[in-house]
Amino acid sequence: MNETFQLDGSAVPFEPGQTVMQAALAAGRYIPHLCYHPEFKPHGSCKLCTVKVNGRTVASCTMPAEGGLDVESEIEELNALRRSLVQMLFAEGNHFCPSCEKSGNCVLQALGYDLEVHATGFRHLYPDRPLDASHPDILLDFNRCILCELCVRASSEVDGKNVFALSGRGITKHLIVNAESGKLSDTNIALTDKAMQVCPVGVILPKRVGFSVSIGERRYDQRPISAQALDDAPRQTDASGNCAACEGTP
Amino acid sequence: MTDINDKLETAAHPEKLRRVAIDPVSRVEGHGKVTLLLDEDDRVHQVRLHIVEFRGFEKFIQGRPYWEAPVMVQRLCGICPVSHHLAASKAMDMIVGATLTPTAEKIRRLMHYGQILQSHALHFFHLCSPDLLFGFDSEMSKRNIVGIAAAYPEIAKQGVLLRKFGQEVIRITAGKRIHGTGSIPGGVNKNVSIEERDYLLNDVEQIVAWSRESVGIAKQLFEQNLDLYNDFGRFDAHTLNLVRADGALDLYHGGLRARDMNGGTLFDHYDYSHYWDVIFEDVKPWSYMKFPFLRSLGPETGWYRVGPLTRVAQCDFIPSPLAEVQRKEFLAFNGGSAAGATLGFHWARMIEMLHAAEVIQDLLHDTDLQGNDLVSKGERQERGVGVIEAPRGTLIHHYKVDENDQIVRCNLIVSTTHNNQAMNEAIRQVARQYIDGRKLTEGLLNHIEVAIRAFDPCLSCATHALGKMPLEVELLDAGGARVDVLTRSSDGSFCSAS
Repeated sequence: MNETFQLDGSAVPFEPGQTVMQAALAAGRYIPHLCYHPEFKPHGSCKLCTVKVNGRTVASCTMPAEGGLDVESEIEELNALRRSLVQMLFAEGNHFCPSCEKSGNCVLQALGYDLEVHATGFRHLYPDRPLDASHPDILLDFNRCILCELCVRASSEVDGKNVFALSGRGITKHLIVNAESGKLSDTNIALTDKAMQVCPVGVILPKRVGFSVSIGERRYDQRPISAQALDDAPRQTDASGNCAACEGTP
Repeated sequence: MTDINDKLETAAHPEKLRRVAIDPVSRVEGHGKVTLLLDEDDRVHQVRLHIVEFRGFEKFIQGRPYWEAPVMVQRLCGICPVSHHLAASKAMDMIVGATLTPTAEKIRRLMHYGQILQSHALHFFHLCSPDLLFGFDSEMSKRNIVGIAAAYPEIAKQGVLLRKFGQEVIRITAGKRIHGTGSIPGGVNKNVSIEERDYLLNDVEQIVAWSRESVGIAKQLFEQNLDLYNDFGRFDAHTLNLVRADGALDLYHGGLRARDMNGGTLFDHYDYSHYWDVIFEDVKPWSYMKFPFLRSLGPETGWYRVGPLTRVAQCDFIPSPLAEVQRKEFLAFNGGSAAGATLGFHWARMIEMLHAAEVIQDLLHDTDLQGNDLVSKGERQERGVGVIEAPRGTLIHHYKVDENDQIVRCNLIVSTTHNNQAMNEAIRQVARQYIDGRKLTEGLLNHIEVAIRAFDPCLSCATHALGKMPLEVELLDAGGARVDVLTRSSDGSFCSAS
């Protein structure tokens, strides 16, 4: 690990094959992100991790680290764009933090606080997305889906089940489950699945847990998401494939 | 009672009368107004309090998972969210078949009595004391808590610190001062640590002492203005409240007690899980708020009064020594006249605040608060009812939950709704006493708001609002044309267009 690139003016070492995001996190340097998860292949869809590399904007989670790169991340221009992306996600779904059981453990909410998103800024779309409460132990609240596909990747790559997929295009794109009835109860999902642990927002929830963790004890009550990421670095899986810093796990 | 209804609720030819509207009688959770119908000689023919109580909660909670309800429905209110939080939790206890552990029940009680303390302090000191200490038609620019702080700094300070202490009790038990999450179906999500207990114990003796002094202020006001306080907006009413199994005042749990206006018992220790067998709701075309009534008496005469005045007057005793002494004095005063007076609400409210302070003090010495057995559950049920005595009165939450854990039906009867007809009666009496035949002024109209404030801090909160809440009163002729308009501007000044 002799090669380095520059991140906001200071050197970050990297190993061959690492992305800019992986190297930065391993070095304890935080770049805001939402759809990136260390246990899965980079997805590059949420664009929260966009950085400037030698003056060009790229997704840091998919950008291979190279020696001599000049990466800019913590600059107002990019944070303003990130703020707008988070605002659009809030406007696109139905995110009612005051009564959401994921509050305090939600990556979207934590990013909103960290990026100082004080208002939605866009007209709310208020989509009609009924809940799927058909499964005896698992609730799906599609109102909060941000289409990060972490559950799709986890179910496919780790659980080997393909319970989730995205359907439709553009503004009609939405999360579906792999059952003719369209009901989660007719899939083979289980509470122990990896797909149950990775949702960064409050879509995939174990039933009857609710607000069992008190205010003050929740993940992002303690420290902002940027500080949590620094605490958790290096974000690498252990021998059994578990990630201690898994964002979606309270 | 019926006499008032006949004369002031339905005017024979309303189209021929002048309409005066106090609009908005604004408040935290919605929009209310008072309309007066006056003839050419300014005689009052009809008085109505209209409250846009429609919040939609009963509808948009449908489909949500039941464990979300205690956190969601508390957003009904920013003054007494704990009451909704706990009433919904009690309903959900029934849904999950839980019998609370001693730790869970005591922490919930602590939370609730913290709520009572802070809400009663807010109501008396911040919202009503300007009327009571300065006079109902005193200079409007001073009739607020800032004016109180200037004229009576010690009283204002005690009011602020009493409320602060109550909010701290809530923060420690619920996680936040407003809209916490501490109570969950079947129990609570945290206990009270030794450090948290000691933090509250540091101040609790002072809080009890100040609460005792507050009862003295309320009593003194009544004594010094006996005729005014006795007669202002006075009317007879049936009553409804919760009482403990032994008849004691209990604001967290008990059975329903209803008495007629002569003190006769209509039902007692009634299991509230079937409240619909004794209470029904009527609908009137001129208000969004329903009119609950006691089924045995029917919709015309079955309306009733809830809240501190009812609770203190109708319980058999208060199970804390200092407040019990005050209750006895309250009932014995002037032959018991305060127990039926609209402004007696304030005195009773301060007695309850003292009781809350004593309960908090006792609970803080109970080691069950540090227990770790926080949640229980039993056989799942389809229907859950939670009833609690909120600061302003009896609060009913009723839910039906399907096999997928989704709420399919919700009915909420809040304190303001229980008191709907009673508040109408109070302002009718005030209108007859003070407005009939006189030229309208801001001071006279404030008399109506003083009567509303005796019942409901949510209305009074916004109408005071440090003089910033705009108030517009229109005078219309029989054809609906505007004759005059009185406007209260954001700086508190009140001016006429004519």
